[in-house]
Amino acid sequence: MLCIKNGKIVDGVSKSPFIADILIKEDRIAEIGTNLSSDSINYIDATGKWVIPGLIDAHCHLREPGFEHKEDILSGMKSAAAGGFTSIACMANTDPVIDNAPLVEYIIKKALSYGLIRVFPIAAVTKCQMGQELTDMAELKKAGAVALSDDGKPILNSGIMKTALEYSGGPDLLIISHCEDIALSSDGVMNEGEMSTRLGLKGINRAAEEIMVARDILLSEVTGVRVHIAHISTKGSVELIRQAKSRGVKVTCETAPHYFSADERMVDGYNTDAKVNPPLRSVSDVLAVIDGLVDGTIDIIATDHAPHHRDDKEVEFALAANGLSGFELAFSLACTYLLKTNRINMVRFVELMCVVPAKILGIQGGTIEKNGRADVTVVDPDKEYIVDVNKFYSKGKNTPFKGSLLNGSVLHTISGGKLIVHNGKLI
Amino acid sequence: MALKHKDFLGLRGVPGEEIDEILNTSELMKHILMQNHKKTPHLQGKSIVTLFYENSTRTRLSFELAGKYMSASASNVSASSSSVTKGETLLDTGKTIEMMGTDVLIMRHPLSGAPHHLAKHLKSSVINAGDGTNEHPTQALLDMFTIKSKKGKLHGVKVAIIGDVLHSRVARSNIWGLITMGADVRIAGPPTLLPVGLESLGVKVCRTIEEAVAGADVLMALRLQKERQQRGLIPSLREYAALYAINKKRVELAEKDVIIMHPGPMNRGVEISSDVADADNSEINEQVSNGVAVRMALLYLITRRRGQ
Repeated sequence: MLCIKNGKIVDGVSKSPFIADILIKEDRIAEIGTNLSSDSINYIDATGKWVIPGLIDAHCHLREPGFEHKEDILSGMKSAAAGGFTSIACMANTDPVIDNAPLVEYIIKKALSYGLIRVFPIAAVTKCQMGQELTDMAELKKAGAVALSDDGKPILNSGIMKTALEYSGGPDLLIISHCEDIALSSDGVMNEGEMSTRLGLKGINRAAEEIMVARDILLSEVTGVRVHIAHISTKGSVELIRQAKSRGVKVTCETAPHYFSADERMVDGYNTDAKVNPPLRSVSDVLAVIDGLVDGTIDIIATDHAPHHRDDKEVEFALAANGLSGFELAFSLACTYLLKTNRINMVRFVELMCVVPAKILGIQGGTIEKNGRADVTVVDPDKEYIVDVNKFYSKGKNTPFKGSLLNGSVLHTISGGKLIVHNGKLI
Repeated sequence: MALKHKDFLGLRGVPGEEIDEILNTSELMKHILMQNHKKTPHLQGKSIVTLFYENSTRTRLSFELAGKYMSASASNVSASSSSVTKGETLLDTGKTIEMMGTDVLIMRHPLSGAPHHLAKHLKSSVINAGDGTNEHPTQALLDMFTIKSKKGKLHGVKVAIIGDVLHSRVARSNIWGLITMGADVRIAGPPTLLPVGLESLGVKVCRTIEEAVAGADVLMALRLQKERQQRGLIPSLREYAALYAINKKRVELAEKDVIIMHPGPMNRGVEISSDVADADNSEINEQVSNGVAVRMALLYLITRRRGQ
């Protein structure tokens, strides 16, 4: 038995926070109330801290199989746990691509053998993510895939995207779309704008993303099948989704912490840690993304955790890999750039990182409720610290926030009733 | 005065005093270059290496001669750009060269920011001899030296830069340097070959070549980089020449004492007509000599800075 005492609870159900104790028995929440502790049980004093549902990440890359030098399932799970996550959904762009049932089962089995947190595989929409032939969607769902995505690459052919959406409506498996018109992004390596002109780097125009966002909205509209847009990064994408939602299109979307915390100026000095796809955009895009998170246009925050090896980043800018290691800073970035700035409160934060991700993925969790699964995270939003990537559990130390002063840290993570992270350290 | 940094990677952010110092030193070097006996001991005991991942005649030779005239030991490494993606990393190559006792590594690379990447990890000085579509700072220095020699100043001089600015590292370096020195820079070129937000660098972007050339003291043609035009950014060389070539008629719109410049190598009949390139007011050949003088000055100042 474990008791979390006296914390300020945001349970994902109630409209406002309340102070109470949470009693956990085995993997369930046994009781929420006052004075629940006794001497005979372990307890965590959460006085002055926030107690929230375990975070849920709908978009990460665990790199296994194929790229274990960047990350593997175990190191990724540890990193996620340290970041306060108790459930994560991993993308299919491994080698081989997760486009068949045995691979989905492999990921699930391997993750289960480690325990720690829950891992939900996302399978590919098309075979080998080639954007041509559909995968066996129903079989993938049966094997345990929570969604489908060719993330890392767009499905360029609109006809195939339409067919994929139509067909996915049968097994009712969500398609997550990576929106990028390759003909427009071409060999661009950063956002197209004043900074790319200053650095002499080839830019990626915002239209490369927005054209595909618009396309997928239209395809969702004509097929009547829901679609989820991955990592939106531009003002225009936010506006397109806002309009679509207002006319009832079944579209949801996510953004990643770096799109509300950082802009293209981070690339200055050819900083490969700031190289990511979609690229860090302009200040006005960052502001629009934050507005979208505030007004509900953007449904969730997903990390797009993309760990890379030093060898993939310590090269010429154009040759460097895209992406940044995201699990362990996600809460701090949200805290620093959304909570501390009073753009959102903790209740909205819990919607963005717990309640709605669970709904979109169709998985249990995301709330703290009696008899519910005991996935709980305790955070201290007031703690200030300087990011030290050497302390990351992830193999990927790639983040442009290294050395940044951030607010807010994850203290404890309880997954399935087990305390797996205590005082920021994995047990 | 000494240079502020270990490396010389670009003119972006280089203060005017530093540019002045290099240009003034270049003047002394030009005298040496014009002498019968072209040898000074300034770089005696120093080792310079050129590491070129792209083809080059004038820049590489110019650096090599600049070093040799000042008694440095100068060596060349030509790496084919394919070895960038295969085999050894740039960092490992750079370190290997450094460990052989190299004081100054002069580098050309097809990717923007490559010398910046190397410089961060080396103790030797790195001089950028052109990186991708970013900068070619010594070309801009020799261009500014040429302008200053002819016009007596840079401040207020009207310079029209014409052509493919998007892919031009020469243009970018010239813009940074000339703007810092207070010149009035106008740009014209096909919209597909002008980078976005160019105005934010402090230049005036003109709709037509005529507008840019009108009243200019200096006309600078940029090489149309045919090898970079595969994506069809312009319909044809013929149309490009019709709209943007610096020809006799367009030169007449400029100031009477206008000078003509081109970083070379030229595509005669494309960005510049032969009669303009070979006219009396063409400084194109003079630019080449000035290139050696400027590089001598830079090598001298950068090795002196290192207190060796």
